[in-house]
Amino acid sequence: MNKSEKVKNLIIDKPLKLDCGKTIVNFPLAYETYGQLNEKRDNAILAFHALTGDQFATGINPITKKEGWWSYVLGPGKAIDTNKYFVICANVIGGCMGSYGPSNINPENSKPFGTNFPVITINDMVNAQYHLLEFFKIDKLFSVVGGSMGGMQVLQFVSNFPNKSKTAIPIACTASHSAQNIALNELGRQSIMADHNWSNGFYGENKKLPDKGLAVARMAAHITYLSKKGLQEKFGRKLQERDDLKFSFDADFQIESYLRYQGSVFVDRFDANSYLYITRAMDYFDLTKQFNGNLSKAFEKSETKFFIISFTSDWLYPTSENRDIVIALNAIGKDVGFAEITSDKGHDSFLLDVPDFLNAVKNFLNTSYYKKI
Amino acid sequence: MKKEFNIIANLIKKDSKVLDVGCGDGQLMKYIYENITKDIRGLEISKKNVQKCIEKGLTVIEGDAEKDLKQFPISSFDYVILSQTLQAFLDPENVINELLRIGKKAIVTIPNFGYWKVRMHLLLKGTMPVTKNLPDEWYNTPNLHMCTIKDFENYCNKKKITINSSNLNFQNIFSELGIFLIEK
Repeated sequence: MNKSEKVKNLIIDKPLKLDCGKTIVNFPLAYETYGQLNEKRDNAILAFHALTGDQFATGINPITKKEGWWSYVLGPGKAIDTNKYFVICANVIGGCMGSYGPSNINPENSKPFGTNFPVITINDMVNAQYHLLEFFKIDKLFSVVGGSMGGMQVLQFVSNFPNKSKTAIPIACTASHSAQNIALNELGRQSIMADHNWSNGFYGENKKLPDKGLAVARMAAHITYLSKKGLQEKFGRKLQERDDLKFSFDADFQIESYLRYQGSVFVDRFDANSYLYITRAMDYFDLTKQFNGNLSKAFEKSETKFFIISFTSDWLYPTSENRDIVIALNAIGKDVGFAEITSDKGHDSFLLDVPDFLNAVKNFLNTSYYKKI
Repeated sequence: MKKEFNIIANLIKKDSKVLDVGCGDGQLMKYIYENITKDIRGLEISKKNVQKCIEKGLTVIEGDAEKDLKQFPISSFDYVILSQTLQAFLDPENVINELLRIGKKAIVTIPNFGYWKVRMHLLLKGTMPVTKNLPDEWYNTPNLHMCTIKDFENYCNKKKITINSSNLNFQNIFSELGIFLIEK
């Protein structure tokens, strides 16, 4: 399988000054598009992916051969209808699906960057993706959308480029990563670093990958994407292909087997160093601090119409943190709608078949697009 | 219903900034959006109604008027509407104060407990009134603080709230509904 043939790349030749102080130039940004840009060029949506997503948002991912991460939400006739809208989705820098990341080759020594790759931020990711507007000759996007880390990118995008999108839908996210969020990410990072194969991030050379550490990181994270009720209903104390406990450390319970499986398939498609870099970017995200403690200031120049969505059972980015964004926008009289969707599916709800969520996104987009103001 | 919308809409100046508190399924907001001003949004506690507002293409914030009005700054709206929900709040006085803080003017409508049919019901039947406008029984009604038009007027006088009712000619005994344009 030749990855390079299946991945569209934009080489960004303008220097990008990163928050860490380093400048990168001539770096690749991998992207995918869905639907058609219309003549007026006013139907473009930029969709941002979450921690482990990539540019293949819907349909079959040509690399992993699995359904895209937003297949429930995005596609022909779906909530984000690609029969109507032109959707662009890029792999974030720091990622591992073709964009500039730690698995890229360092021209200085012809080896993967590993941990020599610069630490990147949500701000850097968004600034890199802004070049897509120029590339597609889009003066103003119709919408920017994303859940979780994708939602953080939505907030940062509107803050950086106040009049470059008519609408914005940040979903299940936060304006500032909490101590609990950072703690959970640190757990994942330490698990990767504790894997002997990680070798301080230079594992490309001996071919042995820190798969065990990465799998444990994924298992731990996966629990945070689900709700207690959802887990209990799906798995309870059901046993895995056995009638009784085995009095061993095998996966007796279905939930154990499920998590092990999630960990094992994840390592086939994700790079451990990318996991470190992207979780770090999330932890550094604090839009409130960027504006000296006043989140409203982040949106002061914006004319974007916001629609913020949270989920009742999401304890990773709970309603209260989403509502803080609503409050900051209302404090300066911006156009903001907000809905908390009832769902037992936890943080993952934004990726799943949750009808009220899908209807809300669909109705918001369609009524905003056709509204004559 | 339409008649009430019309009266409320006529109180609002064209292109002004409006918040509809407890906007329900957005019928009144839609009417005002189409006829008076595009700069209108709602606050609504029911998830079902929030969805209906989004379907209509209206800006709606899911929230509780008793807790969530404090996020809006002083005089951030030209008009704040409270349509037939005042009696259902735990602390209506606080809600009225909040309306007058965030709105330069407030439009408050109340189901009038002094309406003659309501009076007759209690007088003749001796049970808590159940009418078209007040369809619930005493044990399941969401209405905690029923008042009459006269009660509301007395309240405003006591609290030095101005009732600007020049175009409202409602009488306590003959009106099912009281509609007030108030300011502080």
